[in-house]
Amino acid sequence: MELTSREFWTALHGMVLGAGFLLAFSGGFAALWGLRPDWLTAEGAAKLLRQLAVGSWGMAILAWLAVLLGTYVIYPWYRAKAPAGAGADLLAGFPKYLLLSKPQSKEWHEFGMEWKEHIAWFCPILATAVAFVVARYGQQVAADTKLRRALLILFTVSFFCAAVAGAFGALINKAAPTR
Amino acid sequence: MTAMDHTSPTGGAWAAVLAAAIGCACFGLVTDLAEMSKSISNVLNIHNPTGDLSGKSAVGVAAWLLAWGILHARWRGRIIRRPGGITLLSVVLLLLGLVGVFPPFVDMIAGH
Repeated sequence: MELTSREFWTALHGMVLGAGFLLAFSGGFAALWGLRPDWLTAEGAAKLLRQLAVGSWGMAILAWLAVLLGTYVIYPWYRAKAPAGAGADLLAGFPKYLLLSKPQSKEWHEFGMEWKEHIAWFCPILATAVAFVVARYGQQVAADTKLRRALLILFTVSFFCAAVAGAFGALINKAAPTR
Repeated sequence: MTAMDHTSPTGGAWAAVLAAAIGCACFGLVTDLAEMSKSISNVLNIHNPTGDLSGKSAVGVAAWLLAWGILHARWRGRIIRRPGGITLLSVVLLLLGLVGVFPPFVDMIAGH
């Protein structure tokens, strides 16, 4: 049982950083949803705000690390150009060209990877905005329904983006592993 | 519950919300522009191993931070009178960004 260097970084990207973000989302969403003046005591709200601030900044950091690692370390391995005339054995080391070499797999790149590599970047931007507002304007978030609703929208879209990127990342890595 | 703050300016919070949506919309726009024009794609190729994704992400992040800086400077001391309008604008910009990176749409406007 062993991982190559590329498998290690790919697992860190998807199974630790990306999955960590996705797993943390439901807790963060529930905490933000429940941050209502009529549901909490002042002491309870202060405690929840501290947890939310730490959690949302943690999620933003996970999202940034996942996206930067994916874009600048793993994606270059994925898209590295295969030598002309490379056969099936050699193409195994060039996932993008392996997928494009067969009609039944080329959509994994042309739809899946093209969507994943772009939509993933929305996630850290939106997660950072949520984390900043929760940490800096927590009392107002609790008091202002409209502000809390706007944050819930940003937070949910960031989850959707991470989910699309994570799902396609896992499926593409199954069809053409980065090794 | 008495500690909730109903009166402090939240302009800085709304600036962060709208700026994030602007950043996403710019990312979608620059993705489409790179697909429509090979020369734009080449300009965005600032880190060759990553290709034009390096430039698209740099432009998107720069647009987000620039918008955030400008909006924060203008709104941080203000009480926003029509927050619903900012939410609506943010949702529209987010949708534009999401459509802008959706491959069938990108292929359609690029004529693929």
